Amino acid sequence: MKARYLIPLVVFLLMIGLFGVGLKLDPSKVPSPLIDKPAPQFSLPDLHDREKLVDTAVLREHKVSLFNVWASWCVACRQEHPFLMELARSGDVPIYGLNYKDKRPDAINWLNRLGDPYTASAFDEEGRVGIDWGVYGVPETFVVDSKGVIRYKQIGPLTEQAWQETILPLINQIRAEEG
Amino acid sequence: MLPEIGNFILILAMTIALAQGIIPLVGAARGIPGWVAFARPAAWVQFLLLVMSFGILTHAFVVNDFSVAYVANNSNSALPLMYRISAVWGGHEGSLLLWVMLMGGWSAAVGLFSKRLPPEMVARVLAVMGLVGVGFTSFVVFTSNPFDRYFPAPMDGRDLNPLLQDFGLIVHPPMLYMGYVGFSVAFAFAIAALLGGRLDAAWARWSRPWTIVAWLFLTLGIALGSWWAYYELGWGGWWFWDPVENASFLPWLVGTALMHSLAVSEKRSTFKSWTVLLAIFAFSLCLLGTFLVRSGVLTSVHAFASDPTRGVYVLMLLGIVVGVSLFIYAWRAPQVKSAGNFALLSRETFLLGNNVLLVVATATILIGTIYPLILDALELGKISVGPPYFNAVFVPLMIPLVIALGIGPLSRWKQDSFERLAKMLRFALLASLVLGVLWPWLLFGQLDFMVVVGATISIWLVCSILVDLYYRSRHKSSLWKGMTSQPLSFYGMSLAHMGVAITVIGITFSSYYSLEKDLRMAPGDELELGGYLFRFDGVRDNHGPNYTATEGVVTVSKNGEHVATLHTQKRNYTVQQMPMTEAGIDPGLFRDLYIAMGEPLGDGGWAMRIYYKPFVRWIWLGSLFMAFGGILAASDRRYRLMAKRKAGLKADAKLAVQES
Repeated sequence: MKARYLIPLVVFLLMIGLFGVGLKLDPSKVPSPLIDKPAPQFSLPDLHDREKLVDTAVLREHKVSLFNVWASWCVACRQEHPFLMELARSGDVPIYGLNYKDKRPDAINWLNRLGDPYTASAFDEEGRVGIDWGVYGVPETFVVDSKGVIRYKQIGPLTEQAWQETILPLINQIRAEEG
Repeated sequence: MLPEIGNFILILAMTIALAQGIIPLVGAARGIPGWVAFARPAAWVQFLLLVMSFGILTHAFVVNDFSVAYVANNSNSALPLMYRISAVWGGHEGSLLLWVMLMGGWSAAVGLFSKRLPPEMVARVLAVMGLVGVGFTSFVVFTSNPFDRYFPAPMDGRDLNPLLQDFGLIVHPPMLYMGYVGFSVAFAFAIAALLGGRLDAAWARWSRPWTIVAWLFLTLGIALGSWWAYYELGWGGWWFWDPVENASFLPWLVGTALMHSLAVSEKRSTFKSWTVLLAIFAFSLCLLGTFLVRSGVLTSVHAFASDPTRGVYVLMLLGIVVGVSLFIYAWRAPQVKSAGNFALLSRETFLLGNNVLLVVATATILIGTIYPLILDALELGKISVGPPYFNAVFVPLMIPLVIALGIGPLSRWKQDSFERLAKMLRFALLASLVLGVLWPWLLFGQLDFMVVVGATISIWLVCSILVDLYYRSRHKSSLWKGMTSQPLSFYGMSLAHMGVAITVIGITFSSYYSLEKDLRMAPGDELELGGYLFRFDGVRDNHGPNYTATEGVVTVSKNGEHVATLHTQKRNYTVQQMPMTEAGIDPGLFRDLYIAMGEPLGDGGWAMRIYYKPFVRWIWLGSLFMAFGGILAASDRRYRLMAKRKAGLKADAKLAVQES
């Protein structure tokens, strides 16, 4: 048995090891160091109106609010969009958007075409605020309470299941805390 | 009762597959003729049982038996019959049953069309396929049983995912799986040859038609998936470098390399251990794709319900099948002697270049696909790799491949001269350089560097195929006679290569010259795009068997003449409460007109997206050429001829003369 003929086997076994570890991980679960910390400060122009500013203060105006990072170029955002629309229609909890590394006309077109679930969208053209918030990928959704503290972070599309099982109970809990 | 019988038959098929995997293998090793002869009937019985089991599941869908959990989760009484049947493979469990049944079909076919092969070889091939079959059938039986019941049975089913209620999705999975499991034949031949110590030209010749057929199914499967994504997802794209797409593309790339490497192994008796490795890789990547898609280790838009036990099971299956075969490779391949040597400029070199480029492309895409997983497993953070990476690494590899593709078929085995090739190809070179600029410029009036590159290499490829045909045919008394005397495999190869040129043109022109407009349209509004006038005639209500829809009507005209009336729908599927956009498309050979409807914007206005996509059909047209080329090549007379002669050395020599 010559050593070089063993190379494929060795490479393959290494891969299998990695996959084995990978199986235990959930690709949509990322611990965020920001959980239970105050939300990073930002002040950005409004997506629709460049004269207007959207800043961290808006998140403190509600008992609890969602902060959703999205972009018109993101496929998964399109996937979660109908669900956000449904949430927005129910008026249960305000959704603020962070339009991340996008072009203004593209983003506005996207909302015009599919509907706009956001109370307001901050326009983060260069993604600086996204970095402060520790955004790994789009979409991500943060749950922020009235003190401006991040309570939860959903990575990937917001699904009915995640909403029912994790986020809605959390929101009810936050509401109960604040009376 | 019937579903329980289906389950029982499935278990029976699994035990037969186990016997098929062991008895002939031992028989071949010990030289027991009776045990060797067991392989064929076992393969046929196994296939028959799998067909019955699949038929019973289909029956449960047809009669709306919602006590079967899988039926209840994937069907509904309002679903039209056509989709109830295709829903059989619309979910995880049923699609695996389809996979297993098709695999049984390939085994049965090998048993049927291998009359002239040495019995030990057939026994080993069928045994290897039987063992892989055991792995997958047990996966279905133990972790993904489609015959599980609900008690009490629900009143109605949860309906098929609306995305899958479509013609493209009826045919896409069977084609894709035919390709995936088809590579198990080439794999089984390779393992059987390694075990039997028979890695010779005959082995390569037996493997070739099977590999080509598997490859052509995979080609069709991928093309159908891409076409479906284009018209159904409603954003006009046709390839997203999604992990699931990559999972089907990786075996295609290696399978393409394998087909070409098998040619060298057959004709020149070199590259043999490399060819075996490619055969193992091609099927391993099919298994890897299954693992990535079904285990949920990667996030994808094609979400199969993932389940950790299934993930562990597929990983074990992958580990055993690939690990054992790579071990056999490490053990037996060093004894393989490669005979021929060849000069730097020869057909062997071009085919080697083909292999290197395709394998490098495979490796880069594989790395891009599993990189997020690797970083995650090593706790280095989470990232996602997107289309910019894949385009940046893939396109530069394909350009030299297409250029070399123009020269390879004209080159001679063993040694060729630069002068000879240059003399044959100078006009092709001149034509491609001139037309590569002129053609897109005349068509679209503007140029981009990559457009010129894409057009030039495609025209170069087409011209060189014609040159090839001319030089092969001119020795006969008339050119026509020369052309008709060429073997089918030559026309198959040429058509498939032509398909590459067509696809490249489609990709280039549609990527660079597509026009797109998002706008608000109220009834009566007009828009001019790409020389066409689109007029929005308003919306009306519509409904189907299991959905309600709002349908927008757009009339298209050009220079005052009516071209098409397009209908686009926003559907709401009542059971799953899922909104879907149906694009309205006017297809054409040289352009598609594509509209998709968005949200209502008030005052009768609607968000509309309108595309003008030139040459987009060529992407899939090229795939059809490739697949048709595959059919011609696989039905070449010599594979049947070879089957009749045992060693076939004489014919080999004759063909080598003919082909050079």
